[in-house]
Amino acid sequence: MKETKYWTWHMFAGVIILVLLGLHMITMHLNTILGLFNPFGGEAIEWANVAARGKLVIYAVFYIALLGIALYHGLYGFRTILFELGLKRGTQKFINVLFVVVGLGLFVIGTWAAIKFQTVAQVI
Amino acid sequence: MTDIEQKETDIAFYIRRYVPEKDAKPFWQEFTLHVEPGMTVLDGLHRIKQTQDPSLCIRYSCRMGVCGSCGMLINGTPTLACNTQILHLTKSRLTLASLPNFEIIKDLVPDLTSLFSKHRDIRPYILREDKEEMLNPSGELYQHPDELLNYLQFTYCIKCGCCMAACPTLATDPEYLGPQAIPQGYRFSTDTRDGGFALRKEIVGSAHGAFRCHYAGECSNVCPKGVDPARAIQLMKRQLVLEYFHLKKWQKPGGPLGKPEHAERKPEVPDAPPFTV
Repeated sequence: MKETKYWTWHMFAGVIILVLLGLHMITMHLNTILGLFNPFGGEAIEWANVAARGKLVIYAVFYIALLGIALYHGLYGFRTILFELGLKRGTQKFINVLFVVVGLGLFVIGTWAAIKFQTVAQVI
Repeated sequence: MTDIEQKETDIAFYIRRYVPEKDAKPFWQEFTLHVEPGMTVLDGLHRIKQTQDPSLCIRYSCRMGVCGSCGMLINGTPTLACNTQILHLTKSRLTLASLPNFEIIKDLVPDLTSLFSKHRDIRPYILREDKEEMLNPSGELYQHPDELLNYLQFTYCIKCGCCMAACPTLATDPEYLGPQAIPQGYRFSTDTRDGGFALRKEIVGSAHGAFRCHYAGECSNVCPKGVDPARAIQLMKRQLVLEYFHLKKWQKPGGPLGKPEHAERKPEVPDAPPFTV
C-alpha cells in the first residue's frame, strides 16, 4: 500500500506544479504583458525587481513549496523509470536511499537560499 | 481482417524453434504449406506436424477460443492460433513464435507458470468473513444484474497470456503483476458478494502492482476475448486511491437470501449433486 501513497502524492504534486510553475512563468516570462510582481518595470530578472520580490515572505514560501514539490515529483518519476530497468532489489534500495538523501539535501540548500535572500532583501 | 482474396495458396511458415535442453538459443525454421480458405493457424501447425516435422511442439485443447492454450505470437501479435485464419492475415508469409515475456518450454509453448502464480496471489475467488456459510451455503447470495455488469467483461478472461505477452511494462519488470492478475483482482473486489479488498490491496498496491502500468493499452488491443484489462487497471488505481483517502464506501457483503416463503419445490427439479470438495 506504500506505493499507493507515493503514487497518489506524485499525481497531486504534478497538479500543484502546474499551478506554481504557471505563476513562476507568468512572473518571469509574461512580465512585458502582465507586469505582475515586477514593480520597477523592464526585465523580470533586473536586480530591483528581484529584490522587490525577495522582500515578500509569500514569494519565499512559494519558491520553497515549488522546490519541494518539484523535487518529490521529479525524483519519484525518475525512480519509477529506473526501476523499470529490471534492477536488483539491493540496487533499488540503494536508489531509494540515494534519492531521499539527494532530495532532502537539495531541499535544504534551496530553502536556505530562499530564506537567506529574503532576509538580505529586507535590509536593502 | 484484410481484403486479401481468399483462395488456396502456398504460405511460408517461419517458426521459431527452441528446445531448451538441446539448443543454445532459438532459431527460425521455414516450412511451406498449401493453405485453403478457412484454415486456422492451429490447423496449419497440425498439418505441418502431420506431413513435415512431427517434432514441432504446440499446445492446444479446445480449438474454439475458449481454453486459452494456443496463445502465440502470430505475425508479431500475441493471439490465439485456433482463432486466427491464415488467409485473413497473409497470402505469402507467416511468422510464429512463442509468447514473449514468458520462458519457453519448447518451440511454440510458453511457460505460463508466472501468470498463474500472479493470478493465485491476488486471490481470484470470493472472500468473505462468514467461512461457515461459504463451506455450507444456506442460500443464494443476492446480486443485482446492474452490479454484475460492473465486472462482467473481466470474467471473460481465459488466461491465455496474450495480454501479458503484449505488455511493455512486464517486458522490463518481470515481477510486475501484469494485465491478467490486476483486472482479476478488480473483478473480485468489485463483486458485491466479496469482502476481500483489504487483502488484495496489499498486493495490487505494491511496488510491482497497478501503479507500474503506463497505460500503453496493448493488453486491451490484443485480448482475443475482447476484455479491456487496461481499463480494469485504471479502475483499480482509482479504487486504491479512494481507499487511501478513506473515500471509498465499502458495503459489507450481504448474507444469503432466505428460502422463498409459500413456495414449493417443483418435483421435476432434481436435487443439487453433493459437494465434491
